[in-house]
Amino acid sequence: MKILVCITSVPDTTAKISFTQDNTQFNKTGVQFIIGPYDDYALARAVELKEQHGGSLTVLNVGTSDSDPQIRKALAIGADDAIRIDTEPTDSYFVAAQIAEIAQKNSYDLILMGRESIDFNSGVVHGLVGEMLGIPSYSPVMKLEITDGKAEFAREIDGGKEFLEADLPLVLGCQEPIAEWKIPNMRGIMTARSKPLNVVPATPMDDLTVLKKYTLPAPKGECKMIAAEDAEQLIALLRTEAKVL
Amino acid sequence: MTTETAENQALIEETVRDFAERYIRPNIREWDEAQFFPTEIMHQMGELGLMGILVPVEYGGSGLGYREYVAALIEVSKVDPSIGLSLAAHNSLCTNHILMFGNEDQKQRYLPKLASGQWIGAWGLTEPNTGSDAGNMQTVAVRDGDHWTLNGSKNFITHGKSGNVTVVIARTGEPGDKHGATAFVIEQGTPGFTSGRKEDKLGMRASETAELIFQDCVIPDTQRLGEVGEGFIQSLKILDGGRISIAALSVGTAVGAYEAARDYAKERKQFGQSISRFQGIAFKLADMYTDIQASKMLTFDAADTKDRGEKVSLQSSVAKYHASETAVRVSNEAVQVFGGYGFTKDYPVEKFYRDSKLCTIGEGTSEIQKLVISREILRG
Repeated sequence: MKILVCITSVPDTTAKISFTQDNTQFNKTGVQFIIGPYDDYALARAVELKEQHGGSLTVLNVGTSDSDPQIRKALAIGADDAIRIDTEPTDSYFVAAQIAEIAQKNSYDLILMGRESIDFNSGVVHGLVGEMLGIPSYSPVMKLEITDGKAEFAREIDGGKEFLEADLPLVLGCQEPIAEWKIPNMRGIMTARSKPLNVVPATPMDDLTVLKKYTLPAPKGECKMIAAEDAEQLIALLRTEAKVL
Repeated sequence: MTTETAENQALIEETVRDFAERYIRPNIREWDEAQFFPTEIMHQMGELGLMGILVPVEYGGSGLGYREYVAALIEVSKVDPSIGLSLAAHNSLCTNHILMFGNEDQKQRYLPKLASGQWIGAWGLTEPNTGSDAGNMQTVAVRDGDHWTLNGSKNFITHGKSGNVTVVIARTGEPGDKHGATAFVIEQGTPGFTSGRKEDKLGMRASETAELIFQDCVIPDTQRLGEVGEGFIQSLKILDGGRISIAALSVGTAVGAYEAARDYAKERKQFGQSISRFQGIAFKLADMYTDIQASKMLTFDAADTKDRGEKVSLQSSVAKYHASETAVRVSNEAVQVFGGYGFTKDYPVEKFYRDSKLCTIGEGTSEIQKLVISREILRG
C-alpha cells in the first residue's frame, strides 16, 4: 500500500501571535513551529498501517526550507521519504492543487492529512484534493482500518458517529483518536538524516485570493461576577453592556 | 556546531520534552511521596533509545555522543530530576563501564539488554565507611583459580534493588594502592549477592538508592571487567564522564526551578501588578538565568571535549561544580520567588529545592571537585 501523509508546519499552540508590516505579515520571530497536531494523528495512523500492511509511506509538505525540521521529525517518526514543494503556501486551493499535482504522478492508495491546519484552520484541503483527483474524500475521520483493499472508517457527525466503508484510493482528513501521537526514538532521529527529502518546485498558478490584513481577537474584557439569584441584573447587563441580547 | 548537529539536538530535545511531559510530569508528586521507583518509565525510555545513548548501534544503542546525552538529560531533569538521576546512573556509570572496559563477550551479553531498557543497571563504588576515600574500600574479592569470592557491602547505590546487573568495584590488593581494586559485573540473583535497606531520602525520592551486600558471593573470572588491579583507575575514568551527567542533571534541575519561578512571577499579582515588575524579583530571575547559561555552556563544553576524545577531568569537574552549586542556589531562590506557596507541595519548586542538594554531593562533592580542579590547574 502506498500512503501519502500531508503535513503542515504551524506555530506551536502556545505561541504568541503578532503581525508586522501594517498587519499583513505574520511575525515568525521567536515562534516555535510544529507538525500540525491533526496531521500528527494522521501520520501516527499511517505509521501503524504501514507496519500492518507493508508498503511505503511518503510525507509531503507545501512550504519553504523553514519546514525541514518538521519534515525530518516526520521521517524520524517513521515515514520512508519526503517531498517538499518549495513554495510559500498561500490559500487552501493553492495547497490542494500542489498536492494533487504530486498525487496524480504517484497514484497513492491512501492520502491522509489532518482535518484542518491549526493556523488558518480552513479544513478544506482534503476535500479539494479529492475533487481534483476525482476520488472520494472524508473528514473528520477518527477511526480507520484497511481490510482487503477497502477502508472502514468512522467519521464524526453532528451528535454522533458515522461508520463508512469505501474503496481505495481515498483522501481522509483525520483527528483524534485515530491513533496516539508518536514520539520518535533516538535511532529514528539519526536515520531520518539518511532518508530522502526531495525538494520539488511548485507548479505555477495564479493566486485566487489576496490577503488584505490580519486582526487579533479583541482582548478579554474584565470578568463581572453576578450572584446566582440576580438573574435580572445579568439580563440587564447582557442587554445594555455586552449588547448581545 | 554544524547545522546537522544543531538540528538533531533540537529534535532530540523536543522528543524528550514531549515524552517527559506526557509520561513523567503527571506522576511526579505521587512517585516522590511514595518513594516509588518507576521501572516502567525506565523501560519506556529504553524504547526511545535513551537507555543506551552512548552505546554504539551494533550493541543496540543509539550511537550518539555526550552532547546529545547532555541535551536529553537536561530535558528529563527539567521535569523530574530523580528520573534524570536514574537515567544518568544507568547510562554513564553501569552501561558505560561495561562499554569502556568490558570484553567483546561481556559487551554482547549486557549492552543490548541495558541499551534497550530491558535491564536496569547499577554501579557500586561507595561504601558505608569510604565515600571520597574509595581507595580504602573494604569490600574484598579473593581469587581462587577461575573464581572470585566477594565479601563486603556498598551503599548509596542507585538501583541497588532493581538493578538487573551491577558493576561493582572490590579490593583485590592493598588498601590505598591505586592498583588494589578490580571491577566485576554481577547479575541480580547471583547467590551471595543481595540488596539491603532502601534509603529514605530528602530528595531524588523516585530514584532508588539502596545497599548492596556480598556474603561469600562466588562469581567466575569471566565476570571480571578489564585487568586485575585496574578497577580503581577505571572508576576514575568513569567518574570523569559521570560528572558531565551530574552537571547536566544540575542544569536541568536549575532550569526546571527557574522556569517555574519565572512563570509564577509573571502571573502572581501583588500591589496591583505582577511581582516580576518588582526589581527584587526581576533581579533574582536575571541572576538565575545568568548562572544557568554559564552552567549550560560549561556542561556542553565538557561534553564536546569528551566527544573529541580528549581528557575531560578538568572540564567535567568545573562543569559539575558550577552547575550543581547553581542548581542549589537557583532552586533556593525559586522557592523564595514563590513565597509561602513555594513552601507547599502544590507547587513544583519545593521538590527542586530538595532534589537539587544531591547534585553538590553525588559523584564527588563540591569539595572533591575543587580538589580535582586545583590539582589540574596547579599541575607541573
